[in-house]
Amino acid sequence: MKLTVEGLNSHYGPAHILFDIGFEVGEGEVVALLGRNGAGKSTTFRSIVGLVAQRSGRIMFEGKDVSVRPTHEIVREGLGYVPEERRIFTDLTVEENLEVGRQPKRPNAPSWTRDKLFTLFPNLGEMKNRPGGRMSGGEQQMLTIARTLMGNPSLVLLDEPSEGLSPKIVEQMVDAILTMKKEGVSIVVSEQNLHFARLISDRAYIIERGRICFGGTMAELDARPDIRDAHLSL
Amino acid sequence: MAFYVVQFLTGLASAASLFLVASGLSIIFGVTRIVNFAHGAFYMIGAYIAFTLTEWLSGAFGFWGAIVIAALAVALIGVLVEMVLLRRIYHAPELFQLLATFGLTLMVEDLVVLVWGPDDLVGRRAPGFRGAIDFFGQNIPSYDLFLIVLGPVVLGILWLLFQRTRWGVLVRAATQDRDMVAALGVNQKWLFTSVFAVGVFLAALGGALQIPRDAVHHAMDLRIIVEVFVVVVIGGLGSIVGAFVAAVLVSELNAFGILIFPKISIILVFLVMAVVLIVRPWGLFGKPEAPARKTPGLTVNPWRPLTSNERLAALAALVIAATLPLFAGNYALTVGSEIAIFVIFAVSLHFLMAVGGLASFGHAAYFGLGAYGVAFLAKMAGLPMIVCLLLGPLLGCMGAAVFGFFAVQLSGVYFAMLTLAFAQIVWSIAFQWVSVTGGDNGILGVWPSSWAASPSHFYWLALGVAALVTIALRAMVFSPFGYALRATRDSLLRSEAVGINAKRIQWTAFVIAGTTAGIGGALFAYLKGSVFPDNLGISLSVDALVMVLLGGVETVSGAVIGAIVYKALNIWLVSQTDLSKLVLGGFIVLIVVGFPKGIVGMLETLAQRRRKTSPPGSPLLVKPIESAE
Repeated sequence: MKLTVEGLNSHYGPAHILFDIGFEVGEGEVVALLGRNGAGKSTTFRSIVGLVAQRSGRIMFEGKDVSVRPTHEIVREGLGYVPEERRIFTDLTVEENLEVGRQPKRPNAPSWTRDKLFTLFPNLGEMKNRPGGRMSGGEQQMLTIARTLMGNPSLVLLDEPSEGLSPKIVEQMVDAILTMKKEGVSIVVSEQNLHFARLISDRAYIIERGRICFGGTMAELDARPDIRDAHLSL
Repeated sequence: MAFYVVQFLTGLASAASLFLVASGLSIIFGVTRIVNFAHGAFYMIGAYIAFTLTEWLSGAFGFWGAIVIAALAVALIGVLVEMVLLRRIYHAPELFQLLATFGLTLMVEDLVVLVWGPDDLVGRRAPGFRGAIDFFGQNIPSYDLFLIVLGPVVLGILWLLFQRTRWGVLVRAATQDRDMVAALGVNQKWLFTSVFAVGVFLAALGGALQIPRDAVHHAMDLRIIVEVFVVVVIGGLGSIVGAFVAAVLVSELNAFGILIFPKISIILVFLVMAVVLIVRPWGLFGKPEAPARKTPGLTVNPWRPLTSNERLAALAALVIAATLPLFAGNYALTVGSEIAIFVIFAVSLHFLMAVGGLASFGHAAYFGLGAYGVAFLAKMAGLPMIVCLLLGPLLGCMGAAVFGFFAVQLSGVYFAMLTLAFAQIVWSIAFQWVSVTGGDNGILGVWPSSWAASPSHFYWLALGVAALVTIALRAMVFSPFGYALRATRDSLLRSEAVGINAKRIQWTAFVIAGTTAGIGGALFAYLKGSVFPDNLGISLSVDALVMVLLGGVETVSGAVIGAIVYKALNIWLVSQTDLSKLVLGGFIVLIVVGFPKGIVGMLETLAQRRRKTSPPGSPLLVKPIESAE
């Protein structure tokens, strides 16, 4: 397994957010983490990369326990994270944003260069020197993915990549994710949008109120309309 | 005309050091979000070490080498401080960070006297820049010209460093979003350490470069830090260009202010700062900070009125305190009066800090203004004590009304820096305006009327006023005004959304706290029989902060107990050792790192633990401040 999460519990202050979250991601797989707003998708990702201080449980990445390591070490192992709110450095140009994400090559992961990323996201190549703050939402979403890819990750946590984007940009996003998959990057993508998830994912988990309540292939999910309707708003 | 040009050039030369120090402070704040109070101390150590090295090393190479080596050595000290102290408090509230670095400053002040002695040290002239250049009959030291060139050169180097290197890109990214930088695989720890090292290097270089111009002495840290705070408030915290422009502006205002208001030149700087703050509260080149969204669970414990048992206990404590004159001697009563006065002072600051969420670093200004108010009325108008006590605090009230109006436009560290700068301005006026305030000699002979002259009567007076003030302020916490004030503390935006005029409420709280402090100051003038500029100095402001923190911010009793413990400890300490600043500074650092919730907070936590024998290690019980590493 590429990534195994077992018994993950997280708290924000006095509030218990995640309850015994567990899921697996295989080598080269695209796995969707589906759930409504506030179900715990983002907190799951933030906990995996160590951005939630109060967390417990076991997170195995490529056979190594990373659950007690600081964020930057987890990421340097090749576990990339694309946050939901994009979190572009607005004062930095596109190229400088990419520079922040740059990490050395990794033997077991595809490596990315600026030029390669500019072919994957042609819009970015046309605005190399534009400050991140003066880009559209879709362009920022592309930049945040490209920035994480500069770290040559072997697995990427993608938090709601389609949120707030126009249908045309969503199409580009689907293409980009499929390209990443073809290159050999494993992906966990969190989504509220089942149609989007269906286009890219091999398997799916459903999270509801901080608990995993379903796990299976996309076909298995389609066979259970009751689960789908209970936990996902379409 | 030539005279003015020379004056202008002198201003520019002074701006160089100020810019170096201010840019260092700005860079450190940008990334670590710590306002490094110890920056002035690093500046001072830089000057002292450079002085020693220039005495040892000879020749031109020796001199310039000494300057650079001194700055590097201090940067190394900075790295140690960052790794040992600051890494523990990055997640603590900003007030604790300011206090910890202030504690460090206190320690350094005593340490430099231990190592280099208390006398001013006059350093070597810079080789190659010893002479002066004649400009239409006026002399310009050639070293000044060197400094004038150096400022823009350093600005350029910093610009290249931040725009053209990977390190600079990472620093700029971290200035905006530290967590995201970590989430991209960058080790924040070393980034922070390196930024701190660069910032401290700049401060120490600024200090080292001063030795050919100015004598090295052990009070240069406070003087520069106040100017630097003014510079970054005007220029905008986090902006290097802002630091440069504001450093030039402030230095020129100083250079020409002396010509216009020879006695109180600092007034001019104050006026400019006030104008800038009204037009752009975040400084000329700064960016408005988004209102801080507090993490859930970070607000202080909800407050409740005292239960009847607690009321009885407080009353009993008061009665016991009132019996002190029955068995204690005159010295103990004088100490008791002083402690009661500091209870008033601490409670007033606590009201502003804990209820209003406004941590003032210059609260002594209003205490001292109250004291001066009494002194003016008693000495110049010859009014009786009771009238002076009633009217004297009005000077504190007026000061708080004027400064508070500007201060509440800001929040957080800006508020702290601005209140500190205001207090220092009031101090400078008291110190410089000799014809009115007596300057350093103060105003003597402010004695109480016969009805309050005996130590026991004065003690009862002070105790009574302290009790009344504490009760009044506590009652205010549970009044509609108190609710509104706490609402602005917990969320400025939400309180405004429900129709509270937040700035007005905060301003009112500032004036109430200032007036109350003025009452304490008025009593203090009569207790000591005299008034000095120290009564509004920085160290007194910090004393008040330490009292509140020592007792615990979250409870009113904390301020009272903190004042009693701290003042008693302080009086005892000064009688025991010459190194009281060193001990006190170490003590402050220890409190901040070890007991962030203070004495009362600690006792409450212990009591809670005993009451609920809860499962150990349950994260639900981990209080946010404890989890701040």
